[in-house]
Amino acid sequence: MPSPKSAYSIPTKKGKLDTHIFVVWVDNEAGVLARVVGLFSGRGYNIESLAVAEVDATKNISRITIVTTGTPQVIDQIKLQLKKLVPVHKVADFKREDKKVIFKEMALLKIVAQKKKIEKCLKECKKFNPVILDKTNKSVVVQITALRREIDKMSKKLKPYGLTSTSRTGAIAMTRGAETFK
Amino acid sequence: MSKLYTGAEIVFKCLEDQDVEYIFGYPGGAVLPIYDELKNHSTIKHILVRHEQGAGHAAEGYARSSGKPGVVLVTSGPGATNVVTALTDAYMDSVPLICISGQVPTHLIGTDAFQECDTTGITRPCTKHNWLVKDIKDLSKVMHEAFKVATTGRPGPVLIDIPKDIQFAKNNYVKLKKEKKLNEKKHNKFTENEIDQLIDLISKAKKPVIYTGGGVINSGPQASETLKEFVRLIGFPITSTLQGLGAFPGDDNQFIGMLGMHGTYEANNAMHDCDLLINIGARFDDRITGKIDEFSPKSKKVHIDIDPSSINKIIKVDLAIVGDVNEVIKSAIKKINKKQNGLKDSNKEKISKWWDQIQKWRTKDSLGFINSDKEIKPQHAVKRLYELTKNQDTFITTEVGQHQMWAAQHYKFNKPNRWMTSGGLGTMGYGLPAAVGVQIAHPDKLVIDIAGEASVLMTMQEMSTAVQYNLPIKIFILNNQYMGMVRQWQELLHEKNYSESYSEALPDFVKLAEAYGCKGIKADNPQELDDKIQEMIDYKGPVIFDCHVDPNENCFPMIPSGKPHNQMILGPNDKEENKITGKGKSLV
Repeated sequence: MPSPKSAYSIPTKKGKLDTHIFVVWVDNEAGVLARVVGLFSGRGYNIESLAVAEVDATKNISRITIVTTGTPQVIDQIKLQLKKLVPVHKVADFKREDKKVIFKEMALLKIVAQKKKIEKCLKECKKFNPVILDKTNKSVVVQITALRREIDKMSKKLKPYGLTSTSRTGAIAMTRGAETFK
Repeated sequence: MSKLYTGAEIVFKCLEDQDVEYIFGYPGGAVLPIYDELKNHSTIKHILVRHEQGAGHAAEGYARSSGKPGVVLVTSGPGATNVVTALTDAYMDSVPLICISGQVPTHLIGTDAFQECDTTGITRPCTKHNWLVKDIKDLSKVMHEAFKVATTGRPGPVLIDIPKDIQFAKNNYVKLKKEKKLNEKKHNKFTENEIDQLIDLISKAKKPVIYTGGGVINSGPQASETLKEFVRLIGFPITSTLQGLGAFPGDDNQFIGMLGMHGTYEANNAMHDCDLLINIGARFDDRITGKIDEFSPKSKKVHIDIDPSSINKIIKVDLAIVGDVNEVIKSAIKKINKKQNGLKDSNKEKISKWWDQIQKWRTKDSLGFINSDKEIKPQHAVKRLYELTKNQDTFITTEVGQHQMWAAQHYKFNKPNRWMTSGGLGTMGYGLPAAVGVQIAHPDKLVIDIAGEASVLMTMQEMSTAVQYNLPIKIFILNNQYMGMVRQWQELLHEKNYSESYSEALPDFVKLAEAYGCKGIKADNPQELDDKIQEMIDYKGPVIFDCHVDPNENCFPMIPSGKPHNQMILGPNDKEENKITGKGKSLV
């Protein structure tokens, strides 16, 4: 690289990246998702996956679950910046390794292949609560729920067996036990 | 049943409820119903600008000099896009603005209608919050909430986009409820324990420094008084960011000057060598910190700020106190006075050596320059302007560049809200319209825009506004025919390749002033400077002062960015470090 003449500033060494899951409770109003997502893109944060839907129709609250990576300092910033948004009510932040929290993702897999291969696929899916949603002679659509990493692995594994389409929801999270996040 | 009002009427009723006196704006098709209503509200005066960016900056100048939020009214499409620079500027410098924009009727939204743009989409990243009002029933609530969001916590701009049909639609008006809780973000979360820790750190420090920022100004004039009391009580040296100037008197002996890229030698060295750094209402901006890894390496750091997201964003601190600056310092003073009465004297003894060191740094006279009797030196011009205006309550705005730094270095501010400059965004063209807004807020005070000839041409059209409202603003141009800061960087860092930084065919500013209907004054030798400045001050009306200065002067001292505080480039007076070495050059 040529030596910078009037470089604005020299980037300093980067810390270790952690994967975190943010759960954000927001008012379900026009543009709220754009505010949250715009915050991430505008400040250069990562989004690995995003899941959002209204969870309380009377109070008009949506729950957004975002999987992201960053240094501890960046993760801290994401949380504080999210809290500053006007329609945001509360923000929970979990480490992926956190044992007290359940993370799940659902995926729909379409496999187009001969019967034998399809059966092999279904066998592979067994430990991920497979539900067959559609079946023909040449194809099957199966729903599985699993961790993000597991689905990553599965889709790699099933490719040779005729996996043609994958649709994933992105991770959602909930704490174990009787407690709720306040 | 209560009376029904049109959307336009509701807008004004809300503005009246919020005691708004001035709005800065520019009419257009999509805001005509609001403009139509203007005549029925005599307490609200509209200032017609010449460009929407000018409206935004004028509202910023108004807000920063008065402590009240600024209100802007623009039309849809180009009206809204023109105000984006000012909104971003206000966002970066935490200035409370309420921008009302017209929008095409709701049924036309999304059809690429005439003068339609996605205003809330465009302004989402440059406002604290924005609203598109699609239902007349929401309008009064949104208007009240907008003022609340803009003025509470860390202040900032908000925008309300009102489609034209909503301005015509009728509904009843919901009055502002004073104690209403609107999804409120809580401030002042600090605890007594944190104040105890702060006092503990203060009592142990041997080489302390206080570093204050715009947060002190935003906390209100009372905060500056409290700060003065606090600083005198504990006897620490104090430095300030660009935005914080005026919170502590600039001519006080405890004040060691501005810090950062063009800060004083003593302030930057104190930052580097200190053992306790107390940041009050500042945000560790990159122009302040220099190289992060080597920023104030030996110090315990305390950060007092109202915005939790400012804490640990750039610099990790040892003690964070989230709260309103005034409240935090007040409780610290209270505690010092109550419990640790001895601290006062023991402290001053402990840090006397530190003060000796600071005095040594001061003898470098890092703001010094070689004056001339042939050419006007820009620093000299600012110094003379200060000397000739310091006996009256003067408000200074600036554009962006070398002149801005010289103004910050050589003009001494003794009160808050007297210094309006674009720091975060660095918007050339800020100063002239800002001066318009300041003069509106303070009609009888002296308002001067210390300008550069390149910056001021970006919003020169607002002279017409100044003339229309008879605002006696003084535009003091340090004319060096260059984009000075660009030229300086090119000279020092890009082998004197002055690529596109020289302005050929500059206008004759005296004639330009006359064309606008104001007074033009030109000065080009040091002997006549004082008389001409006095002439400018004495003239009752707007003036453009064309001060021809040495075009080759550079702004020193300077920390090349990417360098720590103790590696400053000093001015030509300092012979040892006259030149930047090859290594330093590559790191700027």
